[in-house]
Amino acid sequence: MLEIKNLHAGIEGREILKGINLTVNKGEIHAIMGPNGSGKSTLAKVLAGHPQYEVTAGEVLYEGRNLLEMAPDERAREGVFMAFQYPIEVPGVSNAQFLRLAYNEKQKHLGADELDPLEFKDLLKERAKVVEMDASFMTRSVNEGFSGGEKKRNEILQMAVLEPKLAVLDETDSGLDIDALRVVAGGVNQLLTPDNAIIVVTHYQRLLNYIVPDFVHVLADGRIAREGGKELAFELESKGYDWIKTLDGEKGAGAPAN
Amino acid sequence: MSTAELLAKQEYKYGFVTDIESDMIPRGLSEDTIRLIVEKKNEPEWMLEFRLKAYRHWLTMTEPKHWPNLTYPKIDYQDVIYYSAPKQKATKKSLDEVDPELLRTFEKLGIPLTEQKQLAGVAVDAVFDSVSVATTYKEKLKKHGVIFCSFTEAIRDYPELVKKYLGSVVPTNDNFFAALNSAVFSDGSFCFIPKGVRCPMELSTYFRINNSESGQFERTLIVAEEGSSVSYLEGCTAPKFDKNQLHAAVVELVALDDAQIKYSTVQNWYAGDEEGRGGIYNFVTKRGKCAGKNSKISWTQVETGSAITWKYPSCILQGDNSIGEFYSVALTNHAQQADTGTKMIHLGKNTRSTIISKGIAAGKSNNSYRGLVKVMPKAEGARNYTQCDSMLIGSTCGANTFPYIEVMNNSSSVEHEASTSKISEEQLFYLQQRGISQEDAVSLIINGFCKDVFLQLPMEFAVEATRLLGLKLEGSVG
Repeated sequence: MLEIKNLHAGIEGREILKGINLTVNKGEIHAIMGPNGSGKSTLAKVLAGHPQYEVTAGEVLYEGRNLLEMAPDERAREGVFMAFQYPIEVPGVSNAQFLRLAYNEKQKHLGADELDPLEFKDLLKERAKVVEMDASFMTRSVNEGFSGGEKKRNEILQMAVLEPKLAVLDETDSGLDIDALRVVAGGVNQLLTPDNAIIVVTHYQRLLNYIVPDFVHVLADGRIAREGGKELAFELESKGYDWIKTLDGEKGAGAPAN
Repeated sequence: MSTAELLAKQEYKYGFVTDIESDMIPRGLSEDTIRLIVEKKNEPEWMLEFRLKAYRHWLTMTEPKHWPNLTYPKIDYQDVIYYSAPKQKATKKSLDEVDPELLRTFEKLGIPLTEQKQLAGVAVDAVFDSVSVATTYKEKLKKHGVIFCSFTEAIRDYPELVKKYLGSVVPTNDNFFAALNSAVFSDGSFCFIPKGVRCPMELSTYFRINNSESGQFERTLIVAEEGSSVSYLEGCTAPKFDKNQLHAAVVELVALDDAQIKYSTVQNWYAGDEEGRGGIYNFVTKRGKCAGKNSKISWTQVETGSAITWKYPSCILQGDNSIGEFYSVALTNHAQQADTGTKMIHLGKNTRSTIISKGIAAGKSNNSYRGLVKVMPKAEGARNYTQCDSMLIGSTCGANTFPYIEVMNNSSSVEHEASTSKISEEQLFYLQQRGISQEDAVSLIINGFCKDVFLQLPMEFAVEATRLLGLKLEGSVG
């Protein structure tokens, strides 16, 4: 589904990703871990097409197509979804209005039926159960006055409505207490099917107790320093990121990560 | 914001010109011009006196160029044609006798006038250059006692009402542009809602400027007697010309005891091109007087057009417990300039006013809110709430807020809130990441920003306003 080859990218002339290689297949959950500043969030934003990030080398194939040539909204309509670390507020626009517009854009793109506000309300009510959100959130402005946990739940609700093929969750666990974490993670698990894939970007192993990855990739200084199964996350949790940095040092600067 | 290069491709679908023969008077302004207008319109002596008085006063006044936050070349008032009317039969028995070219023009503007096609639920007075060419549903309204007709007919058929109220809210010497209008106004709409009547349909006037050389000087007068209510809509468009046209209108509203007037405007005059060539100079005086107790006047405006907008729809809250409201969205793009806002003058006890103003600036435009809240000594217990929000799109535009607050008693409360924001790249990216195109994303953000105002608009107008804002901003971000 997704093939990242030797991806180099940065912001304002500063290189952050220094040659990422990663393959994600249908039905898989991948965790991207790493210390602060290792490039985790950059990778998520580059995949989603954030305009401030510049790709300087490498390629990204999504279902065989060059993802990097697609505008952010086109990527979204093709099924790429990013749950934001810091969801944005849109004052005066109700959650339901926003979600219906997004949903119908996708439907239009797929040549499927668009829903009117009443039909959509039913769909929304159904999907909201995934993250245990009540109806009052639908009439409130997008993320305005939401608590940190509510914002993150709202991200997963959007995922539930848009049913992406590839979901990238950017530090969805940050700022969540344990109950909210369980709800959010439970929602994500309900949305996993054999036909989609999820990339979980996280600093901590904690989230991976709930969303169990098939593969763990540890980033350090813009490269994948270590890869493995879910046990790698536990190893990291006990040894800390300094362990990776040491490994990286042993390999020597500039060496390809894998 | 790095991606906000102002490309600015604006569609203006009302920019066509109607090819029609006009009856024009020579350029320039003098007492003879006014006599000629009076003669053309076959007006009584008292109207001539009203006009001459205004004109003579106007000669002593200077154009307000120093205080508005507007820059424009000197207007040569002798280079304007003050009267231009499409040639047509003097008396029309029915709407179907109106020149088909004019009917086609209004139909193209979305305002069908012929009886078979008339808009349901909305009576329309159609003004083309200097004259009203048709008014729909006149007879139906008359059955309810509601008078809705062109100003010309009002002077002819209801002289006592016109004499009583004309200039009672905006005196002829009120300001430079109001004086000019009082001297030369050629037509407009007159509405009278008698005691206790709720007007059974929306009333509206559609203003169309067609002639590149003439200005439009129209007058609207709405009188709501005791316990009556009316909702009035106003729309305006003009063709694309390289030259600027002058539009100086006066609107007067009078609400007696327990009466309510709701006045909504979607102003979409031609705004000029990207470099600021052409467009309407829009200098308008709009004022309502809540003359009676418990009366209410509500202004809602969506200002998207005109090269220059100078306009402050105001309320004089004279009756005790009367209410004034002002809801405004002013959008400027390219080289447009707007200096707009309101005045709430509290005279009566326990009078209340609300001001919600949303200014949106894009391109190289300049958008100013200017508002006065004045609470007089006898207005005990008066309350005002003002909220002024500005939104900037890109980094080459400007937004300003000039609030003036004068409170002369200590039992009143005045609140003022203001904010300035930008459409951020992050906000756009967030919406785009959900599959919404950049243009739709801008539209969505702007509409959210304007929600409090749009909620005040009648349904059809709200849809139109939403569409219009999207259109006006096309290509301004990206």
